[in-house]
Amino acid sequence: MLLDRVQRLGATTLQSIAGLGKAALMLAGAVFGKPNVRKGLPLLIKQLYVVGVLSLLIILVSGLFIGMVLGLQGYTVLVKFGAEGMLGPLVALSLLRELGPVVTALLFAGRAGSALTAEIGLMKATEQLSSMEMMAVDPLRRIIAPRFWAGVISMPLLAIIFTAVGILGGHLVGVDWLGVDAGSYWSSMQANVDLHQDVFNGIIKSIVFAFVVMAIALHKGFDAVPTSEGIAKATTETVVTASLAVLAFDFVLTALMFGG
Amino acid sequence: MSDLMVDIQNLTFSRGDRLIYDGMSMRVKRGQVTAIMGPSGIGKTTLLKLIGGQLKPDQGDILFQGRSIPKMSRAELYQTRKSMSMLFQSGALFSELSVFDNVAFPIREHTKLPESLIRTMVLMKLEAVGLRGARDLMPSELSGGMARRAALARAIALDPELIMYDEPFAGQDPISMGIVVKLIRELNNALGLTSIVVSHDVAEVMSIADYVYLVAEKRVIGEGTPEQLRQHESPLVQQFLKGEADGAVPFHYKAAPYADELMELL
Repeated sequence: MLLDRVQRLGATTLQSIAGLGKAALMLAGAVFGKPNVRKGLPLLIKQLYVVGVLSLLIILVSGLFIGMVLGLQGYTVLVKFGAEGMLGPLVALSLLRELGPVVTALLFAGRAGSALTAEIGLMKATEQLSSMEMMAVDPLRRIIAPRFWAGVISMPLLAIIFTAVGILGGHLVGVDWLGVDAGSYWSSMQANVDLHQDVFNGIIKSIVFAFVVMAIALHKGFDAVPTSEGIAKATTETVVTASLAVLAFDFVLTALMFGG
Repeated sequence: MSDLMVDIQNLTFSRGDRLIYDGMSMRVKRGQVTAIMGPSGIGKTTLLKLIGGQLKPDQGDILFQGRSIPKMSRAELYQTRKSMSMLFQSGALFSELSVFDNVAFPIREHTKLPESLIRTMVLMKLEAVGLRGARDLMPSELSGGMARRAALARAIALDPELIMYDEPFAGQDPISMGIVVKLIRELNNALGLTSIVVSHDVAEVMSIADYVYLVAEKRVIGEGTPEQLRQHESPLVQQFLKGEADGAVPFHYKAAPYADELMELL
């Protein structure tokens, strides 16, 4: 009796792991397979517009405000020590190392990830994916792959834009409003930000987050139960799982990059 | 070449714990309209997905032009699917493409024909279903009947050898139903297709099918030409064809005796 249950648990576990592995292999095959430039490029460009360009506004506005808040908070602390000249590096390093990649990934998961899950779930529910398969067109290649690469390409770019706008926001509050010297804002930033340590590591973080968010969003959509509740659930799961995964990966990456 | 297009041998299939087919066999002859009828919920759509290779049987074999579908590799299966086509119940048009682009989709995916030729082909297919004038509409602007006709145009875009219709008559008004009935028969004859029609609309199916399979209780319960089927002695076949509420298939879902259940409340 007990042995039977253990056996069944084992069988279910093995089955689900095998299923997961098969799904991962299929996705990898479609995503990393030999691309067809003639057909693939227009699809990729369209998705870059939908996923990347249309996310630009929320990224610009959020970046500006987060930079402004950083400028304000940083100034009130630094001025107590007479160190308001260090406002530039404070704003720049916070954004480059953490806030740029992380907040961009969280916003991206909410703005583009949820939309992708819902879109693909709905295509599945209306049998569009099934009919594509019957037309001998692989939906993984036609639907999933261009969206995946569009996300992976656009998220690091969005993170860079976010960071740049944030630094300008910090300048707006710190220099233009609170009167920090513009020269010291920029020159201390230049002296304290390292290209490899800070800029590259931030971009690497963003690329990793992009893979994580896109894989979760596309998998949840493709795997959704094809009903209205199923799609609603999948969309929620995308935002929750992707956000948590980004934060978890951020900790690990930070420990690896800056911990030693 | 054999005159069998699809040969289903001893098919057993279950979904989860539920057995759907138990050792069912069925043959579809080339050039004919073969209908598969049966009560709802017996997995008729599942059968089409099995033929299309989207699902794999637990046991038994499905031969398409003599080659086993379940044993094919992924690449072979995709190659084979180019010569079959399926019309889904909802039409399953791609919602972000216009009617024209929907019909052009399989042609653009599988050929490298110049755009002018594709245009000619698409207009030809749309003319065949009477929707040439609707080519610039989006799927959301079509009525249910028009959507199904547009999907039919897309299904015949690459001149398949086999076309499978999933409930083509469900939810249609009498006029569009008449159009679909006429189209299925005419396309089958004009293009030399082989058609499988899955449906439970007795009158329409009996009017166009060359051969009919009646599926219930996980197996084929009756088969033959429409004429043979009308003479069939099985009470189940007769109940289905005449649409009687009670008979071999009971009106009541399996339950404990009514009186007992009422007494329980007291």
